[in-house]
Amino acid sequence: MAALQITKDFATLRANDHIDFAIRPGEIHALLGENGAGKSTLVKILYGALQPTSGELRWKGKAVTIPNPAAARRLGIGMVFQHFSLFDALTVAENIALALDSAHRLAALRERITRVSAEYGLPLHADSIVADLSVGERQRVEIVRCLLQEPQLIIMDEPTSVLTPQEADDLFVTLKRLAAEGCSVLYISHRLEEVRTLCHHATVLRHGKVVAECDPQKETAARLASLMVGAELRELSAPQPVSASAPVRLSLKNLSMPKPHPFAVALDRVSIDVRGGEIVSIAGVAGNGQDELFDALSGEARADRADAIAIDGVPCGRRGVNARRRMNAAFVPEERLGHGAVPRFRLSQNVILTRHATGDGLVRSGTVNTAASRAIANRVSTTFDVRKGSPDPEASALSGGNLQKFVVGRELDRKPGVLVVCQPTWGVDAGAATTIRQALIDLAEAGSAVLVISQDLDEILEISDRVAVISQGRLSVPHDAHGITREGIGLLMGGARAH
Amino acid sequence: MALLSPLLAIGLTVVAGFIIFALIGVAPLEALYVYFIEPLTQSWSLQDLVVKATPIILIAVGLSVCYQSNSWNIGAEGQLAVGAIFGSALPIYFPAWHGPTILPLMLILGAVGGMAYGAIPALLKTRFGANEILTSLMLVYVAQLVLDWFARGPWRDPAGHNFPDSRAFDDGQLLPVILGDSIKLNVVFMLIAVVAVWFLIRKTITGFQIATLGQAPRAGAFAGFSQARMTLFTFLISGGLAGLAGICEVAGPIEKLRISVSPGYGFTAIIVAFLGRLNPIGILFAGFLLALSYLGGEGAQVALGVSEQITRVFQGMLLFFVLACDTLIFYRIRLVRRPAHQASLRTAEAPHGNA
Amino acid sequence: MEMLEGPILTIITAATPLLLAALGELVTERSGVLNLGVEGMMAVGAVCGFVAADLSGQPFLGVAAAVLAGMAAAALFALLTLVLVANQVASGLALTLSGLGLSALIGDAFVGVPGLGVPHLHIPGVSVIPFLGPILFGQDILTYLAWALAIGVWYVLFRTRTGLVIRAVGDNHVSAHALGYPVIRVRLLAVLFGGAAAGLAGGYLSLVYTPQWTPNMTAGRGWIALALVVFAAWIPLRVVLGALLFGAISYLALYLQGIGIGLPSQFLSSMPYLTTILVLVVISRNRVLLRVNTPACLGQAFVPDR
Repeated sequence: MAALQITKDFATLRANDHIDFAIRPGEIHALLGENGAGKSTLVKILYGALQPTSGELRWKGKAVTIPNPAAARRLGIGMVFQHFSLFDALTVAENIALALDSAHRLAALRERITRVSAEYGLPLHADSIVADLSVGERQRVEIVRCLLQEPQLIIMDEPTSVLTPQEADDLFVTLKRLAAEGCSVLYISHRLEEVRTLCHHATVLRHGKVVAECDPQKETAARLASLMVGAELRELSAPQPVSASAPVRLSLKNLSMPKPHPFAVALDRVSIDVRGGEIVSIAGVAGNGQDELFDALSGEARADRADAIAIDGVPCGRRGVNARRRMNAAFVPEERLGHGAVPRFRLSQNVILTRHATGDGLVRSGTVNTAASRAIANRVSTTFDVRKGSPDPEASALSGGNLQKFVVGRELDRKPGVLVVCQPTWGVDAGAATTIRQALIDLAEAGSAVLVISQDLDEILEISDRVAVISQGRLSVPHDAHGITREGIGLLMGGARAH
Repeated sequence: MALLSPLLAIGLTVVAGFIIFALIGVAPLEALYVYFIEPLTQSWSLQDLVVKATPIILIAVGLSVCYQSNSWNIGAEGQLAVGAIFGSALPIYFPAWHGPTILPLMLILGAVGGMAYGAIPALLKTRFGANEILTSLMLVYVAQLVLDWFARGPWRDPAGHNFPDSRAFDDGQLLPVILGDSIKLNVVFMLIAVVAVWFLIRKTITGFQIATLGQAPRAGAFAGFSQARMTLFTFLISGGLAGLAGICEVAGPIEKLRISVSPGYGFTAIIVAFLGRLNPIGILFAGFLLALSYLGGEGAQVALGVSEQITRVFQGMLLFFVLACDTLIFYRIRLVRRPAHQASLRTAEAPHGNA
Repeated sequence: MEMLEGPILTIITAATPLLLAALGELVTERSGVLNLGVEGMMAVGAVCGFVAADLSGQPFLGVAAAVLAGMAAAALFALLTLVLVANQVASGLALTLSGLGLSALIGDAFVGVPGLGVPHLHIPGVSVIPFLGPILFGQDILTYLAWALAIGVWYVLFRTRTGLVIRAVGDNHVSAHALGYPVIRVRLLAVLFGGAAAGLAGGYLSLVYTPQWTPNMTAGRGWIALALVVFAAWIPLRVVLGALLFGAISYLALYLQGIGIGLPSQFLSSMPYLTTILVLVVISRNRVLLRVNTPACLGQAFVPDR
């Protein structure tokens, strides 16, 4: 596949700018770039989900247009999406049938699924309902769906973001085998170590343009990173060691919560202490209870015992969100739009969202003090370098990184004694990510307890003092982060699950 | 810009009306004049406009509070009927009570009746998760049957020649006229309600809660707001206002309890709420416009022999056009704005394939 | 045994319009669209069916007109919600209010006109078997159509590729679009089917049930059909059960009125509505069943990015 001078314009944004690149048969080719660089757009063009504004695509030397995904599939291009395009209510076989263009007898298809999935080391039961599968298993469905069409090019969009390190290693074995059979793989990622171990060739995108092409196995991770970002990244300040006599500020004792709905995860006797001055991270692949844990910590879901959760020694398991905020705790959820902020509200109104009952003077005898909320919004924007197009824009008008800086900054502005933050830098550009991580380190340094729930192992290893792993709603014993390796964490992640 | 959509919708409705009149075989221009203009030319019909607009606007401001918080109260017509029943109990059981206290008590009872009836679908939703659109609507049918039973049965005027009406209420039990010949005290209630709701939504933290829970329920929970309490609150407000409107109709223009005390005001109010874009000031204007459609229908029947049902057709069409124009206007703005925040929406999207 | 024949026939005929409308709405909702305008579509179906039959003298032209009227109304709804992406709840209400108004306007001139009725099926020999004969073989054609439709909808939804695509679109329209399926077109067809079925249900009321037109003759059946779809947890064969249940309630009301039990007629008339509320409460308490079966995209607007 070759892309020549591909350009894609949206009304106000040029997402792809005269991109040239090529993939050879049997090659594992990495497409590197940070969030917002234009990788997803380019890949959608290759897969027929978007049309380029200008430029040409060539498949096996001949110019082609790919008007829709079905045409791409007919050419032999398969795609494994980052946000899976699966149907939860349907079975594995039905999901795969929907992706295949010709009519297939379901019985024959079931047999093919079982055979092919086992053959490539990705075993599946054809009659399981997708909603019951783990995230790793769902990815297998996506991949097997692709493989059954005997593709010549497979596009994989951030495949390992939902896998444990061991599962990622298994995936690499499968990909290397495919490459050896002559199938090409276009591997989109921002994880440099992976790309260096797996890929033969890499194209680096930045701001919609190709900025470099190289053999990743010959480059250092640092050089690749600077190519992606275009500048030297600020180093994070080294976290100070935590004294063992620092007070415990956040304490969880045998916190158990029932499933809020049938597809959720129940929490089972989660216990952990976070001292002032330390950053404790909870690692885990999505779908193991992180959402449920966050809701229990924030108070959106009440625990069954008051002493299941204690802030600065005071039991608060039965108290609501604002009561916990008044105890000087603060929370940042995973979803910024829709949970952490209301998309159509202005930044000043989003300040009121979490701070109307925390003594900031935003509500006086029932009425809202808009001037005060605007003042806080401005202060947060300045301190945390939130770039916005107008003085008080709607939350949805900000880019992911800037909105996240605002949402985190809104809480840090209160100088909370306890901060619980979920996926602090997910989908955020590298510059904003560094700002946020540094802010967390600074907060801990000032004596607060910080609990981070994250799927990003690199981030966890970078900022944490201690690490625990959540799996199926159970929390492991925390380990010292300074000694642990990714493999070590990976083993903890995979441990409770039958493989 | 916000005015463009309702105005466009009105224009399209007039055009569609032109076509419909032509299809029925009535001279279209003359019909449009009779329908929309004539009622505005006479003092008595202008007063009638106010009399009809009042209950519609009163109910619609209550509904706007509900709809903004994403609670769908479709049962205002039923809450109106129950309010009428509750409030009428006093003059029917105590016909000789004319003192200054009966009227206020009647009105309070009417509001309470509407609130209680409105609480039913709210509680069914919060306790059992039952869809409030269907339950509130079913209760409309039930309320109308109950009203029918009272008016034909135990509360029927024994001296009334078998008409299904209660006895006429006496002066102390009726709303006093405050302007002209027929504009009564309920206009004041309506204006107070408009101002009060405007203040509630724009200035108070409760209004903030309503908007948050309506637009982003998870963010509302994150802010510590209770969806269940808000559902109950909004249904109580809209039920109470509908009940008040009901007793005001009985103690106002109708002057007695009948088997039907409303020509569909509860449903018209839904249209008014949308036409007014869920904004009290907009609702004020929209309410008068739809009251005009009632007068026009009556006039068209008398002058042109057109069925009175034409009113309902106009009202339905107006809602259709409002919805169509709304998205035409906003969709275009969204298309232009989308790319800038498209990136952030995508990156901030639902995480990692989790259910 | 013979005593039961009358009640069973009454229950079946009372269930038919509910069954038709609910099956149509079930398909619509399975594709992810919530159409609250069933009452309005039934009303226009009823009036157009009656008028067409009366003017032409042919009952089957009436049936065809009813179906087409329902589809036309549904097409307007589809325009609003699928093309213009308007709020589905408000659009459904608009459809109901307009439909009721329009039907009253059109039907104004036909109130009191006697209707034609639709022929019953009489299979020689078999229909005279006592009890089972009339019940199984003596129904009018539309009732048979309703039963056949129930089986047909089940089969198509769960045993064919078309049904799989419909269910997929209702479960996750983003994924369906990513795989290249025409989400809008699938939903449009589902909505039109729902309109045809609702129109047919209305036509049944004015052509068969009480062959006559009266204003508001739908009496909330469209809303009850909506509740039936929830009660059936979007499973076609459960819709049949629900429709029969409501048929039984209607029969019970008539029976109690007939034997002069002393309850006011208004109370008896309110039984279907109260039953609907009860049924909704009962099914809504079963959170697991609802969560598993509710089409995940129900009521959500779909805006494809280009």
